[in-house]
Amino acid sequence: MKLLLEHAHVEGIRYYDTYRKHGGYRSVEKAFKMTPEEIVEEVKKSGLRGRGGAGFPTGMKWSFLAKPEGVPRHLVCNADESEPGTFKDRYLMEFIPHLLIEGLIVSSFALGSNMTYIYIRGEYAWIVDILEQAIAEAKNNGWLGKNILNSGFDCEIYVQRGGGAYICGEETALIESLEGKRGNPRIKPPFPAIQGVWMRPTVVNNVETLAAVVPIINNGGEAYASIGVGKSTGTKLLSVCGNVKKPGIYEIDMTQSVEEFIFSDEYCGGIPNGKRLKACIPGGSSVPILPANLLLKTAKGETRTMSYESLSDGGFASGSMMGSGGFIVFDEDQCVVRHTMTLARFYNHESCGQCSPCREGTGWMYKILKNIEYGKGKMSDIDLLWDIQRKIEGNTICPLGDAAAWPVAAAIRHFRDEFEWHITNADEAQNRNYGLAHYADPIHVPAGA
Amino acid sequence: MKFNDKNLNKVKEIMARYPEGKHKSALIPVLHIAQEENGGWLSTEAMDEVAAVLNILPIEVYEVATFYTMFNLKPVGKYVFEVCRTGPCMLNGSDGIIDYIKEKLSIREGETTPDGLFTLKPAECLGACGYAPMMQLGNHYREHLTKEKVDAIIDECRRNAANNN
Repeated sequence: MKLLLEHAHVEGIRYYDTYRKHGGYRSVEKAFKMTPEEIVEEVKKSGLRGRGGAGFPTGMKWSFLAKPEGVPRHLVCNADESEPGTFKDRYLMEFIPHLLIEGLIVSSFALGSNMTYIYIRGEYAWIVDILEQAIAEAKNNGWLGKNILNSGFDCEIYVQRGGGAYICGEETALIESLEGKRGNPRIKPPFPAIQGVWMRPTVVNNVETLAAVVPIINNGGEAYASIGVGKSTGTKLLSVCGNVKKPGIYEIDMTQSVEEFIFSDEYCGGIPNGKRLKACIPGGSSVPILPANLLLKTAKGETRTMSYESLSDGGFASGSMMGSGGFIVFDEDQCVVRHTMTLARFYNHESCGQCSPCREGTGWMYKILKNIEYGKGKMSDIDLLWDIQRKIEGNTICPLGDAAAWPVAAAIRHFRDEFEWHITNADEAQNRNYGLAHYADPIHVPAGA
Repeated sequence: MKFNDKNLNKVKEIMARYPEGKHKSALIPVLHIAQEENGGWLSTEAMDEVAAVLNILPIEVYEVATFYTMFNLKPVGKYVFEVCRTGPCMLNGSDGIIDYIKEKLSIREGETTPDGLFTLKPAECLGACGYAPMMQLGNHYREHLTKEKVDAIIDECRRNAANNN
């Protein structure tokens, strides 16, 4: 089932004429025959959940937008894709830029935004050019500018390039950055829906979320909601990386089992080089890592599927999260200690420094993990790490603190013996990895293993 | 440093993208332009020029330039290799690529070769995890890196530098 990537492989789909020929901009024509309230209602009915990571219902977020008389409102597209393991928005913008522009026009109309911004991470420099070209094409064909399709609605879309900061994916940090400031998250409330960019009511949505508005309007909210399972409606883009035969972008309806997703040729194609599956981070680096046995089956022994609900089955004790859909796969040769160390370094580098638990704690965790990784760890370090991550979680203005704490907590929770082995076999650990141990995937056992 | 006419026009065009009186929003895009014009880094003079053009205080520019990773506050080489080393790239061998570049160019992380051509700047996740290992070079990504590809990129940069001089 493909809604977003249906025409992704059509040659020339990046350009307006081809995109239009394949049904592009139909949703704008349809939307301008509806009222903004009707569009919000369709999005509510669709059950669409924010695709950036938090999974908050989009229609509900839209309905929170304040509409005080005479105060302009803004829609801001969050294209600051920076969560390790996540590269789906890049794919959408690079190859089907008009899908995002189309979704932005419909959403801008629904929300009453006459000046809409795409805040894109600074490193995606060449995609800025692609988007600006698509915007120019859309404008030349009458989809942007003044009085679009004689609707009386004016809209301009501008691309804003960031400066390289993970924290700007957090919506209030993004707003600060869009205002030309450091990316320090704001204390909430007030929420952006009341006071966002330039203190005006603002909605911030992820690229994939806004692209999904196009099929929702084309086919109706109910049709969208009929795809998927339970509260995981519609389709989700997964960006797959690490040790799989076919890394890349997959659009799924979230009904597949995790096993099918990793091992079938339709998706990841299994683990390369005859290796076995050791672990996986299913939703971007912030969500808990799971060993293969807990990944494929829940703690209750049920088949785990690729839905929001199933991936989080068992809570943090034995489950994980859909998150951003950044699916990171580890084969038997990978070292969980080293990987966790790189993530701790990442969060330490990306902490904005406002809150001391995150500013100091992420640095301490990185130092301790580095000691363990390089053979200078002490057994008490493991409990110290646990203690630090607990004191970061929930004690910061924004969720970066949680995002830094969770990967460390999950690595200790599920791979404690690998940490202990690193400490007790410090010399050996410099030359070889711990290996599979009991983490092996119990389903795919090679002959002779 | 003073913006050339072409860049000054670009700056004015960017400033017009925001509501009246909100032109400070142009700061980060304008810093990118200033850095490019100033040879890949932001000197105090370059930042002061940005402040003057945007009519904001120099401190408002400094505090932003020091926050964001993409702004270099010291001179860098003509070609900056920003090699990602975060988890997903690590799983696919980014450590080996960084070690190879260090050995091949005889520089450490953050250093520039004596001929001023190359800087090695290890980076955190650049959003190319499925195409790892990778590096950013200028405004583009180089992906699926191998030692052979690194050799070819270095040769390509040397050729381009020789042709431009």
